Amino acid sequence: MSKPRIFTGFERFWHWMQAVLIFGLLLTGLEMHGVYRLFGFGAAFSAHVVLAVTLIVLWAFAIFWHLTTGEWRQYVPREAGLLRMAGYYGYGIFSGEPKPFAKTAAAKHNPLQRLAYFVFKAAIAPALWITGLLMLFYDAWRDSALGGVLPLYGLAGVHVAATFAMLVFIVAHVYIAATTGSPWYAYLKSMVTGYQEGRE
Amino acid sequence: MPLKRLHRITLALPLAALLASAASAQVVDEPASEQESRLQSTADHTQFEVLEGPFEDATEVTEACLSCHTEAAKQVHRSIHWTWRYEQPETGQTLGKRNIVNSLCFGIAGNYPRCSSCHVGYGWEDADFDFSAENRVDCLVCHDTTGTYQKFPTAAGHPPYEDRRFQGRLFEAPDLAAVAQHVGRTSRETCGSCHFEGGGGDAVKHGDLDSSLIDPPRELDVHMSPQGKDFTCSTCHEFSGHIQAGSRYRIETDAEGHNPHERPACRSCHGEAPHEGGVHDKLNEHSEAIACQTCHIPEIARGGLKTKTRWDWSTAGRLDEQGEPVVREEDGRVVYHGMKGSFEWAEDYAPSYRWFNGNMRYTLLEDRIDPEGVVPINRPEGGPDEPGAKIWPFKIMEGRQPYDRVRQTLLVPKLFGPGDAAYWGNYDWDKALAAGMEAAQRLGQTDADYSGEHGFVESRMYWPVTHMVAPAEGALGCGACHSDGGRMAGLPGIYVPGEDRHPWVEAVGWAAVGLSLAGVAVHGGIRLVLWRRRRAQEESPS
Repeated sequence: MSKPRIFTGFERFWHWMQAVLIFGLLLTGLEMHGVYRLFGFGAAFSAHVVLAVTLIVLWAFAIFWHLTTGEWRQYVPREAGLLRMAGYYGYGIFSGEPKPFAKTAAAKHNPLQRLAYFVFKAAIAPALWITGLLMLFYDAWRDSALGGVLPLYGLAGVHVAATFAMLVFIVAHVYIAATTGSPWYAYLKSMVTGYQEGRE
Repeated sequence: MPLKRLHRITLALPLAALLASAASAQVVDEPASEQESRLQSTADHTQFEVLEGPFEDATEVTEACLSCHTEAAKQVHRSIHWTWRYEQPETGQTLGKRNIVNSLCFGIAGNYPRCSSCHVGYGWEDADFDFSAENRVDCLVCHDTTGTYQKFPTAAGHPPYEDRRFQGRLFEAPDLAAVAQHVGRTSRETCGSCHFEGGGGDAVKHGDLDSSLIDPPRELDVHMSPQGKDFTCSTCHEFSGHIQAGSRYRIETDAEGHNPHERPACRSCHGEAPHEGGVHDKLNEHSEAIACQTCHIPEIARGGLKTKTRWDWSTAGRLDEQGEPVVREEDGRVVYHGMKGSFEWAEDYAPSYRWFNGNMRYTLLEDRIDPEGVVPINRPEGGPDEPGAKIWPFKIMEGRQPYDRVRQTLLVPKLFGPGDAAYWGNYDWDKALAAGMEAAQRLGQTDADYSGEHGFVESRMYWPVTHMVAPAEGALGCGACHSDGGRMAGLPGIYVPGEDRHPWVEAVGWAAVGLSLAGVAVHGGIRLVLWRRRRAQEESPS
């Protein structure tokens, strides 16, 4: 029996490209924030801008793809099953129980994933790119009415706060997606091959 | 070596003139380079009878100059180099060296013949100087090309008429006729003869103007270096009718709050967007709030000469057993002098940065001070929300200087000159201050007498840093400001990424990241332990 296909080529390209860009943005962004010194502020800033613009273009394509394919429905959060998933990660997973929801092409995400990805896409990512673009083009609006009500310090604060939210998301996402399959690396492999791997 | 070069020119020019007059008008038998330098001007001043001398007094040279350049003295009379007076149109203050007090030797009141050795005139010895006298204008101090003309430090603007010594240094009397016959354009040397020596010596006052600019390497000054653009001072400080462009009392800004297009503003040549835009245009955008000088003059006093950063007059007056002032030197610079007090020096150090809208406000002799605080001798006006205000680099000169305890104003002592009142005569502050304030009254600086009670107050003076522009590769990098404790630290009205922080966001953020990592580690650890136990049970024979 052939393994069912879960992720299309575009989805896998989108996912891994996004991962690379986000790690690059974190690396350069945290340097600009003064957490460490690696490339120098100027180089980090230029790289950050290039990575960010690339990511925004990628997102534009992804949004178009999700709208035209109807795949956007996969990210609409539902209340049903949330508690079961939370219960699974809090208890069942330790005794080796199977996941409450199987991964299929029609339902790629469990209810907790839906919620997490929705928060990522609807709150964290927009907070980053909206504040980022505003800061990049600060000179275009600083003398307008917007400049009077939107201090650069506040914008940067939102950008930094969203970065921390992103970091928390990444920690949880990498842990769950890369280690909780069956066998433990099954989801990671799926994201590479596109096919369902291991037992569900 | 600039001096050697000058001497060569001195010798070569009369020789060329001799050859030229001996030969017929058409025959040119002089080296091309000498012809070139002679043809810089439409007039060969060696050919004028009126300049043959001999001149007993420098004012006679001026009279000779004015016999052709009939309007020159009237032009000079209108310039700040002559009037030492400047009406600041924005603050309404009357400034100029005739009116301000500084934290070095305080001001001209009572100290005429010393201070006026840098006046573009002859004989300003007291308040009665005739500012309308045309023959009192000193043409040579700006137009000498021989390098032999200089004003004697205590002769009210006159050159030495016989060889004289001042503080151990020999000042040779110039051959006035030879100098007069070799006048020409101003140069780094001529401007520098006063402007590099401000505050009583090379590099003392400004921090960005000293003799290292006579022949600066490219790294020191990309514009003035012979390996760079070889500019003279007047290339940027353009003169029109003997009036120069540029003033530290008021740096002009236009109605939109930008620096003007006229010289000496950087953008008069470099335009509004001098940086190449790459993936972003942030460097050009910085110029909205940051003066060019802020990044392009990375340090003060980069030419190898230390500038004075503190002058504490309160310690002055220590004399040795012979009654001579005690002098102590460190690293070749005087750090204590019985005549003047204690000094601090620095070179190649980061400027201080302040918002500046181009207007300098001075604390004048009439202004009340707060003796508990640090008295701003002058201060740059402007803040982050003001049009035209930008962040500028400054040399801050700290001081400790006399003030009137009763009237709570600054005081000017008479330091120099004959009579028993001068501080450098008998080291009596009260006498010197009474005489200084009397002289200040005659100058119109104040109506007040010295109350008789003085103290010393901490002072601070701001000197805009705008010379010694490094080549692009020597400008400050981003990290100079965009880093923890960067150069803009503490300046109001700006957010500097990498330097300014959001402490609460960061505390909560790092805590959340830390908790997530800990949670994942514990969760994963428990899973691992349980999984191993299960596997062990599965493998063990039942």
